[in-house]
Amino acid sequence: MPNRITVVESIFSANDKIALQNRASFDQAKVFSLNLMASPGAGKTSLVEETVKGLANRFHLGVIDGDIATSLDADRAAAAGATAIQINTGGECHLDAVMVQKALLKLVLDQIDLLIVENVGNLVCPASFKLGTHKNVLIASIPEGDDKPYKYPGIYQGIDVLVINKIDLLPYVPFRMDYFLRGVEILNPGAKTFLLSCRTKEGLEDWNAWISGQIDTTKRDKQSR
Amino acid sequence: MHELPITESILEISLRHARQANAKRVVGLYLVIGQLATVIDDSVQFYWDIIAKDTIAEKALLHFKRIPTTLQCLECQLQYNPVEDTFDCPDCNSTRFKIIKGNEFFLEAIDVE
Repeated sequence: MPNRITVVESIFSANDKIALQNRASFDQAKVFSLNLMASPGAGKTSLVEETVKGLANRFHLGVIDGDIATSLDADRAAAAGATAIQINTGGECHLDAVMVQKALLKLVLDQIDLLIVENVGNLVCPASFKLGTHKNVLIASIPEGDDKPYKYPGIYQGIDVLVINKIDLLPYVPFRMDYFLRGVEILNPGAKTFLLSCRTKEGLEDWNAWISGQIDTTKRDKQSR
Repeated sequence: MHELPITESILEISLRHARQANAKRVVGLYLVIGQLATVIDDSVQFYWDIIAKDTIAEKALLHFKRIPTTLQCLECQLQYNPVEDTFDCPDCNSTRFKIIKGNEFFLEAIDVE
């Protein structure tokens, strides 16, 4: 006769455990860390480039780039002035905490002030896998359409910061900003939001100022978050 | 979409608990999945049949318990199960709510021999 054993263990527990270890590594080295998520083409790598260009004179930046194949994104981040590590997931649709932990072995965290983990372009899977980063950031872009919070509630619920990119295209594409923001407000009341354009540079100053502030806070007090 | 790593995790957890109990075989698994957790039963079952092969959990029966979404309205405090396509409160039409149930995803128990 079978014997029933109570388990009650989260399916994500293994990943979450490694994510906590990653967080401890960041905190110990006083590195401020971001998990950058978005659909393909929303501007993840462009925002990484602009962030590196805007902050490289004051801070050391590390970038971990997750892609199914190629090192194109890491090459762009490195060209902009960051120390960049490429992870090729070989088909996997998201990064997980173990992949990030392995990539961290190739970085000297003590020499880095800001680490950006650029996730695989996808609005579904990355939402389920914590990486251990301090802030989860989602980039939405104007051409994707204003219905995305309603269609991908999971990722909008789990983020700390929302970046709306390509605002220079607002005059040319149908995008109801109030409809979009209402969806965000329903799912994630009070989420910090930046409106910017990596092409025209509008709004980038606010974004980089926020990051600088977060880096400074992290340096001052590693227990701050 | 990511059911393969999820299924690997389910296998790892069940084998570990079976080993701790000195079990010979795992014959059943009881998974609890909230309606908001984007996990597809058929896909987990598909991967399970492949990756559990040649382990002591091969041919174990997967039981899925679905937890319906329960929300609490932040205006009138009503707890409700949202109907398809809208999360709005059925009483006061508020769109502000917190999730009470629906994000669960865990292995509740296993049957072993």
